[in-house]
Amino acid sequence: MAGHKTDPMISRRALLASTAAAALVGSTQAKARFLSGEVPWAPGAATPPEPALPGGWIYFTPDEARAVEAIVERLIPADELSPSGKDAGCAVFIDRQLAGPYGGAERLYMKPPFVAGTAPEFGPQSPLSPAQQYRVALKSLDAYCRSNFGGKGFAELAPEERDKVLAAMEKGEPKFDGFGSRPFFNLVLQNTMEGFFADPIYGGNRDMVGWKLIGFPGARYDYRDFIDHVTEPYTLPPVSLQGRAGWNPGR
Amino acid sequence: MARKLPKKDVVIIGLGWTGSLLAHELTDAGLDVVAIERGPWRDTSTDFSPTQDPDELRYGIRLDLFLRPAQETFTLRHNTGQNALPIRWPGAFIVGNGVGGAGVHWNGHTWRFLESDFTLKTRLTERYGAAAMPADMQVEDWGVTYSDLEPFYDKFEYISGTSGRAGNIKGQIQPGGNPFEGPRSRGYPLPPLKDTAPTALFAKTANEMGYHAFPRPAGNASEAYVNPLGIAMGPCTYCGFCERFGCGNYSKASPQANVLPVLMRKSNFSVRTESEVLHINKDASGKRATGVTFVDTSGEEWEQPADIVLVCAYGLHNVRMMLLSGIGTPYDPQSGEGTVGRNYAYQSAGAAGLLFEGKRFNPFVGTGSLGQCIDDFNGDNFDHAGLGFFGGASITTSNYHGRPIASSANRAPGTPAWGAAWKKQVSSTYQNASAVAGQGSVYSYRDKYLDLDPVYKDRYGRPLLRMTFDWHDNEKKMTRYIAQKCAEIGKAMGAKHVTPRSIPEHFNVVPYQSTHNTGGAIMGDNPKRSAVNRYLQSWDVHNVFVVGASAFPQNAGYNPTGTVGALALWAAEAIRTQYLKNPGPLVQA
Ligand SMILES: Cc1cc2nc3c(=O)[nH]c(=O)nc-3n(C[C@H](O)[C@H](O)[C@H](O)COP(=O)(O)OP(=O)(O)OC[C@H]3O[C@@H](n4cnc5c(N)ncnc54)[C@H](O)[C@@H]3O)c2cc1C
Ligand code: SF4
Repeated sequence: MAGHKTDPMISRRALLASTAAAALVGSTQAKARFLSGEVPWAPGAATPPEPALPGGWIYFTPDEARAVEAIVERLIPADELSPSGKDAGCAVFIDRQLAGPYGGAERLYMKPPFVAGTAPEFGPQSPLSPAQQYRVALKSLDAYCRSNFGGKGFAELAPEERDKVLAAMEKGEPKFDGFGSRPFFNLVLQNTMEGFFADPIYGGNRDMVGWKLIGFPGARYDYRDFIDHVTEPYTLPPVSLQGRAGWNPGR
Repeated sequence: MARKLPKKDVVIIGLGWTGSLLAHELTDAGLDVVAIERGPWRDTSTDFSPTQDPDELRYGIRLDLFLRPAQETFTLRHNTGQNALPIRWPGAFIVGNGVGGAGVHWNGHTWRFLESDFTLKTRLTERYGAAAMPADMQVEDWGVTYSDLEPFYDKFEYISGTSGRAGNIKGQIQPGGNPFEGPRSRGYPLPPLKDTAPTALFAKTANEMGYHAFPRPAGNASEAYVNPLGIAMGPCTYCGFCERFGCGNYSKASPQANVLPVLMRKSNFSVRTESEVLHINKDASGKRATGVTFVDTSGEEWEQPADIVLVCAYGLHNVRMMLLSGIGTPYDPQSGEGTVGRNYAYQSAGAAGLLFEGKRFNPFVGTGSLGQCIDDFNGDNFDHAGLGFFGGASITTSNYHGRPIASSANRAPGTPAWGAAWKKQVSSTYQNASAVAGQGSVYSYRDKYLDLDPVYKDRYGRPLLRMTFDWHDNEKKMTRYIAQKCAEIGKAMGAKHVTPRSIPEHFNVVPYQSTHNTGGAIMGDNPKRSAVNRYLQSWDVHNVFVVGASAFPQNAGYNPTGTVGALALWAAEAIRTQYLKNPGPLVQA
């Protein structure tokens, strides 16, 4: 990741985001403990979720952000059923994810040797973190579009042209350097669906549009009063971990 | 140099399901017990509360509660001719880490294995002849029978609060239960969970087809319950954030909900969390363990001496711990000699995906174990003559969640995964998808085993566990047969699209399949073919007991934990009533 950043402000914010995450992990993940004689409990010992940080792009450069917005807008286009992936905040969601432990491959086994060209049954064997995979693949995507569409980048293409490029990537047709077009397509599609359907606390699924689309009631936790007539319409509106939009004016 | 701690009677490696059951039993017997747990302390109010628990991204997708590969993972190769590769992000199976182990975030299906499962080798040989079995199949009898374990199954079900309907009480077949199950001494502690539309439809259809539907035994409390330890469970709310999540309602069977509130208050019990056992230590004779060495989060190493060492680290980790500690002889697939690592097996899925039309299933109303099953095609409940395979599956329609990220992948065959066309069908797919799924057996083979990886290491520089595993023809044929049966039921249920699925050519670590890894330290009555005796005691080091699904000689067509819990309680009884009086081998080799 380091070395690609040119905007000192952006990298400072990325640094702040990652140290904030580290501090939180440090405070909730207690050190080795010796427990005996009681069920340990202390006020404030819960491990709440970490909401997406507000503000501008944290991980993406402005060009990358434009490209990713242009992608998620086509993976989930706007129509009468729901707003687009872009308007639902999927690109913001992906940006925040990439700036955090997910993007930095914090939980992955990242020890060498990394063997190239292995069968898919053994799972991804890339030495790149998800954040690096985006950086590398978005560069290839830009180069591919510029050489095939008269010098235009992906975000400048017409919707139908973007769909064509995405469909080609889904089949792995464009040759990308460093990270393949098909694995990249699968990664963005997965992350876009995550953004569209995850709790809004992570920056996507704005106003719970994803949940409204399919009829998912969100962070409710008790259906005992409903199970006896479970095939009737569920009429209560969805709630998120932070409640409903109306409960949080200004958000 | 490791610093030495005061000696304990018992040290337990891992405080998950088996560790907490054994700790409870042995502290009741008056022993001073310490558990050493690799992961953090976790409890309902602080870690699974309803205000933070329903978070699919955090728990269901990023697997917040699970063992992180950065900490430890496994390597896989399909056969001995390949170089194994590390599982860099878990897919096929996801193992636990932290107090409660995988008992925190399991579904709760609480099965007993069939009577014939425990004497499988004898049963298949007598019924079909030794010649009918594939030459490289290494099925074994367990060394215990169903009737040996029955009281301990019963005890586990009552401690953990299982909801279900008995099918066989003392030999009397009970209406609406599983007629194939072994006789039980009494019914379940709680009545079955309520059905949702797809599970009710499955039961009705299966019965009309002449099969014998029954509610899946569930570690999700259908009503408020107080277990024999005096611990209260709340009724399950069908919240749909069950497997991969902790339970915020004290409703899911788990060490937290069923054992720890009593265990933690005992003065003769303690636990060290975020402390990873590196190895078991032995004395100069090599025949007695002296305790364990562990490392805490500051990197400091400690020695915990103890008279008895209980390996309760989860099946795969149990085997790794034995290999790292030099307990028993590692298995060699070439010569067929050695026992540690032998007979690794898994679970196999034959299923049919279903897509209905015009339904409103509201799948978000669900529970980890909610389902209706048939056992007509499980184990040796049906005649295998002429079928070309052995084994079978419990067949179920479940309703365990309708979480939206995971559900977004449900599609009608041939429809796109994105774009306007995807969006047009996603809400209808959400409301119309279901499945009939077989949870299938996997038998053991000479060339499928566990050992230490020669290349890849964990964060302490110790070798990862290497799995040499791939699907065999027997399981491929079996799951094709089961998938066909599932598809027939799915069609009769009226589904518009029915998509049969059986196991692929090669084992794939990417899609989730099941965290039911079995074998590697199997029990039995022959020390040349088993690592532990019928009491789960190491044949080689008598004060080490290795408890978990690692003891299964092969896997049955069910989830393992009912049997794992019964084995833990069975071993505890042997330690209490036999070993303490006369420490030494409980079975002469
Ligand atoms: C998503 C999911 C769903 C499941 N659903 C079902 C189901 O419906 N039915 C069923 O029967 N089973 C199910 N299982 C499996 C079930 O959870 C396990 O069978 C059960 O928890 C095994 O108990 P155990 O004590 O052997 O291991 P665990 O409960 O996993 O406990 C092992 C403990 O040992 C600790 N440990 C490991 N190594 C060390 C070390 N070196 N030092 C210190 N501590 C260590 C671990 O951190 C862990 O806490 C499921 C599992 C998963 C992941
Ligand atoms: S479905 Fe029931 S048992 Fe499972 S987590 Fe929710 S309330 Fe608990």
